[in-house]
Amino acid sequence: MAQYKLIHWNLNGKDVETMVDVRASLTDVLRNDYRMTSVKKGCEVGECGACNVIIDGECFNSCIYLAVWADGKHVRTLESLLGPNGELSDIQQAFVDEAAIQCGFCTPGFIMTAVEILESGKLYSDEELRKLLSGHLCRCTGYQNILRAVKKTMYRRLGKELPAE
Amino acid sequence: MYDIKALYEAQSVGEAVSLRLEHPDAHIIAGGSDVLIKMREGKLAGCELISIYGIDALRGVALEDDGTIRIGSLTSFSHITKSPIIQEHINVLGEAVDQVGGPQIRNIGTIGGNTCNGVTSADSASTLLAWDAIVELTGKEGVRRLPIRDFYIKAGVVDLHPDEIQTAILIPKEAYAGYQGHYIKYAMRNAMDIATTGCSVNVKLSADKKTMEDVRIAYGVAGPVPMRCPTAEALAKGKAVSAEVVEAFGQAVLEDINPRDSWRASKAFRQHIAVELAKRALQKSIELAGGAL
Ligand SMILES: Cc1cc2nc3c(=O)[nH]c(=O)nc-3n(C[C@H](O)[C@H](O)[C@H](O)COP(=O)(O)OP(=O)(O)OC[C@H]3O[C@@H](n4cnc5c(N)ncnc54)[C@H](O)[C@@H]3O)c2cc1C
Ligand code: FES
Ligand code: FES
Repeated sequence: MAQYKLIHWNLNGKDVETMVDVRASLTDVLRNDYRMTSVKKGCEVGECGACNVIIDGECFNSCIYLAVWADGKHVRTLESLLGPNGELSDIQQAFVDEAAIQCGFCTPGFIMTAVEILESGKLYSDEELRKLLSGHLCRCTGYQNILRAVKKTMYRRLGKELPAE
Repeated sequence: MYDIKALYEAQSVGEAVSLRLEHPDAHIIAGGSDVLIKMREGKLAGCELISIYGIDALRGVALEDDGTIRIGSLTSFSHITKSPIIQEHINVLGEAVDQVGGPQIRNIGTIGGNTCNGVTSADSASTLLAWDAIVELTGKEGVRRLPIRDFYIKAGVVDLHPDEIQTAILIPKEAYAGYQGHYIKYAMRNAMDIATTGCSVNVKLSADKKTMEDVRIAYGVAGPVPMRCPTAEALAKGKAVSAEVVEAFGQAVLEDINPRDSWRASKAFRQHIAVELAKRALQKSIELAGGAL
């Protein structure tokens, strides 16, 4: 017998109410109920980071997060980064410019982790950035361009000059 | 969708205990980073779950009046690493749990789940064991406390009664004051990998930094559950700080540990690694405590 729960939460800045099946992962609800298709189903066991979203300021793999737990939480997906006319944010543009995207399947997850990194307002070393980005798998790019895109945006947002490589 | 038969959500410890009594077949789910994976694998498919994830009272690290460090069982790994109390008194625990999985796993995984799963490779377990941590369990009769070494029964099984949940991990002042420690996780990758062997060592030096007043060591993946090494500890305790003692200490762990062959590594390799990790972790602990070899 199906069991449901009404949750009150905030999705990408908007207060919403959702009747969720208790068996649903947050990925299921984001994709099926809200068409947030930036949230990818990669492994569905917490290994790859393709389903990563920000919940109350911290990154979580939404595939292993029960949808009922979103009750009372603020959830952000990649869709929240677009400008009013669909403009890309600086970090998305940096991924394009640095060829940090090939098939794009890992990209939204990586970018949401990058958003958490950038919003901390801290300057990280390459080694620290690698560790902060280590919860994502990319089968295409080889990671170096992703690191470069995040690093470049971090320096730009902090108003500092990017050191020569 | 997960194959969950029914989900019961507890908002308080009292509610969790009642739900445990009402639904004896249900499994507890905290962050779910073990439970939900098992469910996907089919091992727990179709079962009932009691979610304790919403019990905010079990989150956070606090220093009690008598100096005991209290870590609520639902505290995530990342919050342990960021806690100023942990950084000041038992930094090695924050460093150890900072090696779990990747950043998103460290935001969902809890220290309660990492100990109640009874898993030998759990990254917090060897450090908690090596610092004489106390496990706090709450059930219908009230609170029960026991040393973490008695909490582990066998692989995957811990001493948790049918009406209980784990509510905190405690580290008494006498167990941490004056100690410095180091944890080494040996794995194939730096991220998203389970330890081949994990070794946590800590040491208390005399005021002149020349004598090891106490040495404690624990391993993950050196046996079916996390384990201490009494022979090695007895050998080093009270000895002068020296390279010879560190060497003998490393060799002595072989008297205590019992690693097995698995697809991850052979027994011989794990023994070799265990000796090396013991020596390096002790050396580093001595340095952190202000001593020199
Ligand atoms: C991709 C990935 C990588 C991982 N990497 C690592 C790693 O490197 N190192 C490592 O140690 N672990 C790793 N893990 C395992 C897991 O993240 C940890 O064991 C974590 O601590 C589990 O905590 P949880 O709250 O998510 O547990 P849950 O899955 O909710 O629970 C785990 C077990 O403990 C019981 N339980 C939980 N809390 C309580 C409580 N308060 N009282 C009584 N019983 C309780 C549950 O019934 C269950 O049996 C990884 C997991 C994933 C998915
Ligand atoms: S789909 Fe969630 S981590 Fe892979
Ligand atoms: S761009 Fe294809 S997986 Fe990363």
